[in-house]
Amino acid sequence: MSNQQKHWEKTRGLLFITLAIWFVFSIGIFLFGAEMNEVTGPFGYPWTYWFTCQGSLGAFVILIFWFANRQEKIDEEFGFSEREDE
Amino acid sequence: MKGNFIDNLPKIYGIYTGGFVGFIIIMAIAEQMGMTAKTIGIAFVAFTVFIYALIGYLSRTAQADAYYVAGRQVPTVFNGMATAADWMSGASFVAMAGGIYFKGYGYMALLVGWTGGYVLVASLLAPYLRKFGCYTVPDFIGTRYGGNLARFSAVVVLTVASFTYVTAQINATGTIASVALDIPFQYAVYVGLISILLCSMLGGMRGVTWTQVAQYIVLIIAYLLPVFWISNKMGAGFFPHFMLADEVARIGELEQQFGFVKNAAADLKTVPKGLAGITKAHSAVNATPWAFISLALAMMMGTASLPHVMMRYFTTPSVKAARKSVGWSLFFIFLLYSSAPMLATLSKLSLIDPNLPTGIIGKTFAEVEAIDWYQNWNQANLMFISDFNGNGTLELNEFFMGGKAVVLATPEIAGLPYVISGLVAAGGMAAAMSTADGLILAIANAISHDVYYKIIDPKAETAKRLLVARVLLVIIGFAGATIAAMEIQGILGSVIWAFDFAMSGLFFPLVLGVWWKRANRQGAIAGMLGGLIAGAWYLVWVRTGGSGFLGITQLTFGIFGSAVSLVLMVIVSLMTAEPDKATQKMVDDVRVPSGKSILGKSH
Repeated sequence: MSNQQKHWEKTRGLLFITLAIWFVFSIGIFLFGAEMNEVTGPFGYPWTYWFTCQGSLGAFVILIFWFANRQEKIDEEFGFSEREDE
Repeated sequence: MKGNFIDNLPKIYGIYTGGFVGFIIIMAIAEQMGMTAKTIGIAFVAFTVFIYALIGYLSRTAQADAYYVAGRQVPTVFNGMATAADWMSGASFVAMAGGIYFKGYGYMALLVGWTGGYVLVASLLAPYLRKFGCYTVPDFIGTRYGGNLARFSAVVVLTVASFTYVTAQINATGTIASVALDIPFQYAVYVGLISILLCSMLGGMRGVTWTQVAQYIVLIIAYLLPVFWISNKMGAGFFPHFMLADEVARIGELEQQFGFVKNAAADLKTVPKGLAGITKAHSAVNATPWAFISLALAMMMGTASLPHVMMRYFTTPSVKAARKSVGWSLFFIFLLYSSAPMLATLSKLSLIDPNLPTGIIGKTFAEVEAIDWYQNWNQANLMFISDFNGNGTLELNEFFMGGKAVVLATPEIAGLPYVISGLVAAGGMAAAMSTADGLILAIANAISHDVYYKIIDPKAETAKRLLVARVLLVIIGFAGATIAAMEIQGILGSVIWAFDFAMSGLFFPLVLGVWWKRANRQGAIAGMLGGLIAGAWYLVWVRTGGSGFLGITQLTFGIFGSAVSLVLMVIVSLMTAEPDKATQKMVDDVRVPSGKSILGKSH
């Protein structure tokens, strides 16, 4: 397998992990919205309510930065990272 | 100042922010000295629009890559701010807190959807489209799949989606201009349009980028300052986001105590159009999982298909920067979106809690009618009370309000000085203008670059291309304003439709263009046109009394459209020949961040 194929394989792996986490915070938890809202969560808000106002939104922000860093590492590993200001 | 413009950005926008804060303080002092509310409103809107126009003028350009992609040198954080302003429309600014106020959980699917979509943008599309080096979204489709028909189909989907969106934004600028400047709406729409064109006409994407950064600063100050101030004034907590749990619980208690009394249809007929009462629980789960998830999913896929957002990532200096920039965009959006539910909570509690001095539920009608702010907003057609049961006291079900009032009226109800209301008007104007600019530019660029230059006259000189682009910008702006002046749709409804149209036609052709090498021209064309037609058909069908299926409503028709698009694209691609070697090589190159972009720097 060529260098480029390996790079793409890893990139795809990262995509699946990213999408899995994205799925949990955008869809997964809201399957149990009613049950989860009975429980008190962060700062005293009901859990589901907190996720819709802050939790999921914040998780997406962190997820994107995490993804960007991981992808940069993968690019460096295979020598595909860009020179500065290219 | 030493160095070039880009190096000095933090300093320039720092001075700008300081200047704006100074302006707010001057207005506050002027208010104390007796300046009228109307003059303050005019001063805020006129001053900010003048600054944007000045930035638009200073960013004028005669170069194609500056006009189309701001010279590809916008740093990540600034591009994040510009994207956030591009993204947060008049609807986000004025209507979102109101939607949460009235509909609670069911509506908050939009918050999740309009943020979660950026994960798809960052991981599936933005870095690859940046590597491609295209000027517009149809530029990618046209080059990846080849042929004028594919390119043209993408322009069609883009125009349908963006035009649906832009009329709502011009409408919003008109609404705010008409209130702040006190002129009739039909004229105010054109005042709004001219302000919008001043930002984009001379500098294209470069002008829009630097005005959007300025507009973001205005809109975020205008949104956060009142939220924090009101929260502190009510004694709800100095940092509302972390400290409103008691208030949320208290609203739940009051809801139990008052109950949601259903009004008779005949009584409701007397309520002015557009106003609503509180009929849904504030923090309880009041929608089925599928209703919530389908709406969130439609908005997420729509986000990843809307060209005016995608093209912001064409302006970063590198692929790496494009990825990071998506993170910054979402961070800046998060600042506003996470504050909207807090504003809704504060607004609702201050109105309905009888223990608070501002609470009106439980008071007599004579008392409420004597309140100054009630009179003002009743006159502005945003508040209404009616004694349905004839007992003389105001009940929860007898109080009606317009969605916009949550953002526009709460500062006044909480007793903040008028300068805050002027600031909020300037923020709403900034939000609507920045989005309208991005959308009009997306449409005009697609038609000028993809239809005129790439299909009709590939030999055109740069000067001629940019002239065509500018003429189109004006024509599209006026077309949008003319439709906005007719006031056919509400602001929020048409915004959601735009997402559905975009995802119906563009989501899978874009994503599979990068992630599925086997996708070919025939499949993409079938996917774009088939998806758009299927989505539009479903919308018309449901609007004309059709029952729909699988719980897909007129707000989520894109789920049906994009499913049709995916199926058609896969089947047609597999039934026809695979893309040629050159195209496959192109896809391989797109997947690698380093090296030359596919399309030349100027094309």
